Amino acid sequence: MAAGRVTQVDDSPIAELRGTTKRFGSVVAARNLNLAIRPGEFLSFLGPSGCGKTTALRMLAGFETPSEGAVFLDGRQMNDVPAHRRPVNMVFQHYALFPHLTVAENISYGLRQRRPKPSKAQIDAAVERALETMRLPGFGPRRIWEMSGGQQQRVALARAIVNEPKVLLLDEPMAALDKKLRHDMQIELQTLQRQLGITFVLVTHDQEEALSMSDRICIMRDGEIAQVGSPRDLYDRPTSRYVADFVGKSNFFDGRIERLDGSTAKLVGPGGTIFVGHANEGLGSDQPATASLRPEQISLTRDAGGLPVTVVNRIFLGEHTEYLVRNPDLGPFLVLASRQAEAGTHNFEPGETGYASWREGAALILSKD
Amino acid sequence: MRLYALAVYLFLYVPIGVIAVFSFNAGRHAAQLQGFSTQWYGKALSNPFVMEALQTSAIVAGASAALATIAGTLAALALQGVGGKPRAIFDALLYIAVMVPGIVIGIATLIALVTLFDWVNPVLAALWPLADQAPQLHLGKGSLIAAHGLFAMALVVIIVRARVAGMDRSLVEASADLGATPWGTFRQVTLPQIFPAILAGFLLSFTFSFDDFIIAFFVAGSETTLPIYVFSSIRRGVTPEINAIGTMVLAVSLVTLVVAQSILQRGRGRGAA
Repeated sequence: MAAGRVTQVDDSPIAELRGTTKRFGSVVAARNLNLAIRPGEFLSFLGPSGCGKTTALRMLAGFETPSEGAVFLDGRQMNDVPAHRRPVNMVFQHYALFPHLTVAENISYGLRQRRPKPSKAQIDAAVERALETMRLPGFGPRRIWEMSGGQQQRVALARAIVNEPKVLLLDEPMAALDKKLRHDMQIELQTLQRQLGITFVLVTHDQEEALSMSDRICIMRDGEIAQVGSPRDLYDRPTSRYVADFVGKSNFFDGRIERLDGSTAKLVGPGGTIFVGHANEGLGSDQPATASLRPEQISLTRDAGGLPVTVVNRIFLGEHTEYLVRNPDLGPFLVLASRQAEAGTHNFEPGETGYASWREGAALILSKD
Repeated sequence: MRLYALAVYLFLYVPIGVIAVFSFNAGRHAAQLQGFSTQWYGKALSNPFVMEALQTSAIVAGASAALATIAGTLAALALQGVGGKPRAIFDALLYIAVMVPGIVIGIATLIALVTLFDWVNPVLAALWPLADQAPQLHLGKGSLIAAHGLFAMALVVIIVRARVAGMDRSLVEASADLGATPWGTFRQVTLPQIFPAILAGFLLSFTFSFDDFIIAFFVAGSETTLPIYVFSSIRRGVTPEINAIGTMVLAVSLVTLVVAQSILQRGRGRGAA
C-alpha cells in the first residue's frame, strides 16, 4: 500500500531505539527495544495499555530518559538532549492545547520559541498555511474552548506540523474522538503524512487504526517488541499467538505437530482434527503447538463434508456475518461469512447445524504460548 | 431547620447591618436614627489620626501581601517536586499556621521578636562605631509586615498549590516539546495558568492583613493600624464616626473578597476548557 511512496535514497534511520530499556523503580516499562524508524514512514506502536508503547514514544520525545541503551534521532545520540532541543514534535492524547492562548497563538508557539525569532510576517504566514492545511481557515483568533473536539485535534496537529519536525509523534491522538470523527481523522492523517512527507510515529491500542494507517506496525507486549512488520505481514504471518490474536481475530487450536515438511507443518488438534499450514521458525516435529485459523478462512455450509458444528450465535456486521459455532471436539470458534458467499443459500439461524471446512494450508502453526 | 439557619444568619449579619445603617445616621447618638447623612464619613476621612492609621494599614497590608504572594507562590511551585514525608510535614505546618488562633500567633510572634531584639540589639550596638547612633530593632511596621506576611504565606501556598495541582501536566510537556526552555515554559505557560490563583492569594492576604486586629495588637509596637485605632476609640464609646470607618473597612474587604473569588472561579472555568 505504501509502495513507491518513500522516495529517499538515503535509508539510514531517522529515529532509532538501540537496546533501550526504561525502568520506573522496580517496574520495567520497556525492555531492550531495538527499532529503526525509516525516513518518511508511518510507523505505529500497537499494544494494550501498559505494554510500553507510550514509554517508547516519550523516550523519543525526550520526556523520559532511557535507563539503558540509546535513543537516536537523525543520526545523533539523544539520551541527554532535553525535550525542548529535539527535532520532534508531539500531538498529545488530550491535545494539551494552551487554554490561555488563541488558536493562532497556540500554533505559533513553537515558532516563537526559536532563536533567532522569526519575523511576525513569517510567523503569521506559517500559521496561515498550517490553518489552511488543517482546513481551519479563519479560526486563528478563536479561543480553544470555542472549538469542538475534532477542531481541537486539528489545532494540535497544526501546532506540531508548523515546526516542520523530523518526526511527528502522536500519542493516541484519536482516543477522545467519536467513532465517525475518528475514521475521518484517520484518513486525514494518512493524507497529511503523504502530503508532508514527515515521519509519523503513532501510539495506539486500536488495531484497526494501526492497520489502516501504518506502513509498519511495531506490536508490543509487556514492555518488549513482539513483532515489527507491515500490516499485511502481521496479519498473514504473525510469529506468535499474541500477534495473531492482537491483529485481527483468530481461532486457536492447541495440538501436536505430527509432520514438518520444510516450512509446512501438519498439526493434529483436538479430536484428531488436522490443520496444515505455514509453520513458524523454531518449531520441530512431535512438539506441542497452536494452529491459528482466521474466521474468514473457514466456510460454513449445509452440505455434508467437513466438521459438523452447531451455530451458537450470529452477529450481523453488514457486509459480513459472524457466527459463533461449536464442535464437540474443538469447542466454540468463529466463522466469518461474506454476504456474497451466502448469496445462494440463506443465513444460518442459532441452533442450526452445518459443516465447517477450510482450505488445506490455510492455518498457521505457531508456538504454543 | 430553615428557621434555625435564618436565626444564625440574623445573629451574624444584623449587627453588621446595624453598624452600616447607623453610619449614615444624621444624629450624634448611636442609639437613635435621626435621618440620613454622610457627615460621619467626612468626619472620619478628615480625622488625621484615622488617615494615619489607614496609611499604616495600607502599607502593612500591601507589603505583607506582596511578600506572602511571592514567597507563597515559589513555595507552592517548589512543593510540586516534593513528596513523601517532607511533603507531609510541610503540609501539616501549613495547616497549623492557618488554624492556630490569631492570639497564639500574636503572643508567640511578640515573644520571639522581643527575644530576638534583646539578643541582636546589643550586638549591633557593640559592632557599631558610634554606640549611641547604632540602629535599634524594634516593633513597628517591619514586625507587622513580617507577622502578617508569614501567616498570609500559608494562605497563598494553599490557594496557589490547588491551582498548580489542577494544572494539566501535559501543558508543560507540550511547551517543552515545542522548543520552550524551562524558563520560557514557566513564563509562557505555568505563570499565566496559575496567575488567577496568585492574584486571589494577594487579595486575600491583603484583606487578612487589613482587617487583622489580634496579631497587629501584639506586634504593632507604637504603630496604629486602622483596626487598632477603632478598638482604642471604642473604649471611649461607639461614635457614628467609628461606624463609618467600620463600614468602609467592611466594604473594602467585601469587594476584595468578591473580586478574589470571581478571579478564582473564572480561572477554574478556563482551566477546564
